[in-house]
Amino acid sequence: MATLAAETRLDVQAVLREKNRKKKAAMLQYLAQEFRIVVLDILHDKGTGHWGGAASAAELLVALYFDVMDVRPDDPAWPDRDRLVISKGHSSCMLYTVLASRGYFGCEELATFRQLNSRLQGHPCMRKTPGVEMSTGSLGHGMSVALGMALAARLLKKTYWSYVLIGDGDLNEGQTWEGIMAAAKFKPERMVALVDYNKVQLDGPSDEIMPMDPLPEKFRAFNWNVAPVCYNGHDAVEVLDSMDWIKKQSEWPVAVIYNTHKGRGVSFMEDTAYWHGSVVDDLTYAKARPELLTKLSELEQDL
Amino acid sequence: MTLTSVAMRNAFGEALLALAPEHPEMVVLDADVATSTRTAGFGKKHPGRFFNVGVAEANMVDIAAGLATCGLRPVVSTFAVFLTLKAADQVRNIICYSNLPVILGGNYAGLSDSYDGASHQSILDVSIMRAMPNMAVIVPADSIELRQALELALQRSGPTYIRICRNATPVLFEDAPPLQFGRIRKVQDGNDVTIAVCGVPTSMAIEAAQRLARRGVSVDLLEVSTIKPIDSGAVIASARKTGKVLTVEEHTIKGGLGSAVAETLAAFAPAVMRFIGIHDTFTESGDYMALLYKYGISADHIEAEALSLAGGGAK
Repeated sequence: MATLAAETRLDVQAVLREKNRKKKAAMLQYLAQEFRIVVLDILHDKGTGHWGGAASAAELLVALYFDVMDVRPDDPAWPDRDRLVISKGHSSCMLYTVLASRGYFGCEELATFRQLNSRLQGHPCMRKTPGVEMSTGSLGHGMSVALGMALAARLLKKTYWSYVLIGDGDLNEGQTWEGIMAAAKFKPERMVALVDYNKVQLDGPSDEIMPMDPLPEKFRAFNWNVAPVCYNGHDAVEVLDSMDWIKKQSEWPVAVIYNTHKGRGVSFMEDTAYWHGSVVDDLTYAKARPELLTKLSELEQDL
Repeated sequence: MTLTSVAMRNAFGEALLALAPEHPEMVVLDADVATSTRTAGFGKKHPGRFFNVGVAEANMVDIAAGLATCGLRPVVSTFAVFLTLKAADQVRNIICYSNLPVILGGNYAGLSDSYDGASHQSILDVSIMRAMPNMAVIVPADSIELRQALELALQRSGPTYIRICRNATPVLFEDAPPLQFGRIRKVQDGNDVTIAVCGVPTSMAIEAAQRLARRGVSVDLLEVSTIKPIDSGAVIASARKTGKVLTVEEHTIKGGLGSAVAETLAAFAPAVMRFIGIHDTFTESGDYMALLYKYGISADHIEAEALSLAGGGAK
């Protein structure tokens, strides 16, 4: 059994303080890769959990929690904090890894993922896990919930940001489109939808299960302010670029679509529905981990 | 006895307006039926605190959840049948799982949307809401209790479902002590048979109890406004006294008040029971009172069933 080396080798405070953009991007890229290894270790160790959607969201979650969002891990209920709703709740293992490294709870707790009496449920539960803004897992809820949070900011005259991370499965759900319509009606300030568009669902490629293209045009047709390009959601520089673009906007709501790869980081697990939620067995683990480590060593050179 | 009649939905709209100043955190959401559910008045007076989300019940409930996490107190309003069925996933997985203080106003409940027919008649909302962990369920008997239920729900830290009738119904409890959350109202003391009733049929049960008294049957009459958590102590005490319990509700008998009473009694005070309500069937269009009568909900039906029960329990 692998040791769960969940604590990052980087100094988290140094990452948070870093102002040099190039250095920051390199750090975020490194963290995302480190967290992929942690997630793979946990999934292998526990024999349960979702690799595909977790690996897909690594750079986005890292950028949000280590650069973009104004949060206080020692005071998770701080009323003025930025909010992030993880609508694709099956990426829970990556979320927990990011939250633990960010200081919401101890990294040793990651070893309890999906086990009895754990605060780390299979899918996020806001009443159990510090830092989780909304309980998700059933797809299609996040857009509406984030809209509610953004409307609350308007009513309470607060300036926090309300982000929602959605995936392909969320986009299949009718409720997501109800939320998209309603957000365009109310136009709440600082509401941002981030689409982790990896184009693979549980049963197969989205093109076969439920085609979503042309996705940016769909958001535009629903009167959203959509980023002019689809960013590479695995390139920390591009992710930071996208966040810069977001901060310059004044028309709401805002949507950014990220081209991503399900299962990113392990060659034979990328872009395949099989690794949505299959068990990472010993053989798979033995083949996958060295790939992630090799890449991590490369990224270390950039630090 | 002639009673004034007031529609609960009107009382709901007026209560929202009346409570708005002392509850600045209260916001109201409706799904394109604000004119019908009477939330439109609140929307007109407080446009910044009112959200008409269109015909999108699921979206509405989750927007309310997001608002609630930020300290607001959302009151969600639409037809009960759509709120509890179309948004059941949202109520369970978001509102109840996260134990958020959202008030769900299930309007046009029971058979009260009578002419619109079975598609609009809500006869299993209480069963569904009662099955949700963390959810409290209140079924007011009149417009007075409706207002009190709303006030109580605003004090709670978790979700509350309030059942609201569309039509004018008798005002029963204007000068009575206010509705207490989780407590029955003892309308009348008696020894021969217990009648446990909720909602609109309460006035029918009162009338039936008066007729039964004239026939020598003494009714212990409980108005059970909080279906969940049920006042098990009072229900058990009454059942132990009479040994015979009739439940009356404007709802399917599968999972509503009758089931809640039966679950309570089966464990602690088994009694002979009968159930007045909708018996596993779809209903239809028609005049409200005629419709209730056709489906077995009336003072006549309550009287006959209680009489049969009091006479030995065998039909």
